[in-house]
Amino acid sequence: MNEDVNGHRHLLAIADVDRDFIISLLDSARSFAEVSTRPIKKVPALRGRTIANLFLEPSTRTRISFELAAKRLSADVISFSRTTSSISKGESLKDTAKTLVAMGVDAVVIRHSSAGAPKMLTGWVDCSVVNAGDGMHEHPTQALLDLFTMRERLGHLEGLKVAIVGDIDHSRVARSNIQALNKVGAEVLLVAPRSLLPERIEEMGVDITGSLEQALEWCDVLYLLRIQLERVEESRFPSLREYTLQYGLTKPRWQNLKRKPLVMHPGPMNRGVEIESSVADEVESVITGQVTAGVAVRMAVLYELLGGSHG
Amino acid sequence: MAFEARARVLDTEDLSRIIRRIAHEILERSKGSDDLALVGIRTRGVFLARRLGKMIEEIEGKPVAVGALDISLYRDDVATRGASSIGVTEIDLDTNDKKVVVVDDVLYTGRTIRAAMDAIMDFGRPQVIQLAVLVDRGHREVPIRADYVGKNVPTSGNEKVKVSLEEIDGVDMVEIGEER
Repeated sequence: MNEDVNGHRHLLAIADVDRDFIISLLDSARSFAEVSTRPIKKVPALRGRTIANLFLEPSTRTRISFELAAKRLSADVISFSRTTSSISKGESLKDTAKTLVAMGVDAVVIRHSSAGAPKMLTGWVDCSVVNAGDGMHEHPTQALLDLFTMRERLGHLEGLKVAIVGDIDHSRVARSNIQALNKVGAEVLLVAPRSLLPERIEEMGVDITGSLEQALEWCDVLYLLRIQLERVEESRFPSLREYTLQYGLTKPRWQNLKRKPLVMHPGPMNRGVEIESSVADEVESVITGQVTAGVAVRMAVLYELLGGSHG
Repeated sequence: MAFEARARVLDTEDLSRIIRRIAHEILERSKGSDDLALVGIRTRGVFLARRLGKMIEEIEGKPVAVGALDISLYRDDVATRGASSIGVTEIDLDTNDKKVVVVDDVLYTGRTIRAAMDAIMDFGRPQVIQLAVLVDRGHREVPIRADYVGKNVPTSGNEKVKVSLEEIDGVDMVEIGEER
């Protein structure tokens, strides 16, 4: 978490935070998870604060999750998207953000197709900024909710063996997760064809394999990434069928496993591509659990930024 | 800043006598332990609530529900003071129509108890909410008073009351002194 010269705190990237921050955030997320199980799912912690959700790229779960998180903390929320805002009239991000802050917003949650947009924003606005996914750069709250899910389900993070499967190259989720897992002492194995791996990825402290079978034998957590269908046209791989054959969690692969790993997916799933539909049904509870965890983790992040333990 | 003790106002024996007396008082006022629920405020209030619960169980021969409450998210000074780390609230009990006794170590400004009442109301509608504290040191800033008090300890504003409990501090005692 960075703090700027005006004392505003931001969450821009997992690269900026350390292990202690991650662990203490996951601890407090546990308390926030409890709030969502109450008959009245709301606490007054951020009463009187205003949070703007600036989602300039399509998103369902992240946007709703941030909105719910803010509402459960009693903050006021303004949400807007590209099509319904002046951005569709050609207003720049800078002007949009400045307008928001002029109306007295305390934090901006931003999703943008360009890497680094949230960081740019911190130089323009006088409020906190949360990165909700920027281009192919990072998606820090996704990594935090994934770690939360692993920790709650498996009891620990240190020494955990996590295999991440799929289009690592285009995935901000993978980039954030790799760094977060490294920081808390988990081991990461990437499973993908070379064409879906970024250059020099080994330097991030991960192992690489082309064999899903090998990964399945080894891992405690199997993290499947969404195959972005438009990538087939970029000829990153021959066909979806080919991908599924080699890297898909198919029924035979799943059934043959003696020790079944925790299967996770950031959503939305492409049933029949990275995971066979019947297997998806079987492991669905974990994946919906990730969604539930998302609200708790984002409550913890917003509270940390705006309620803050700085002082 | 370090705490410098000037006097010990309660020791181990005093504490166990107080727990026993308050347990009896609660039972007398509530006419038994039916519908009773004890809710301790984190951190030390939780241990006191558990001790009271154990004592009531010994007297009545049946268990009484004990919960833990973290009021950080209900504080009225988050903006100015900043929040500390947040503990988990464990109220696995149905508070509807229950006689809830809030338990805390020190009653001072009353703001913590105000926050605790807000929190409890979010869990249901108790028949009655009462307050038990180990030490009442005065200086209220809101109209709140305790129903059960271990000891009234008059203090000045710059004095501190330090409660130590066996469960986390290794020893039972209450001291009064200054921060230096």
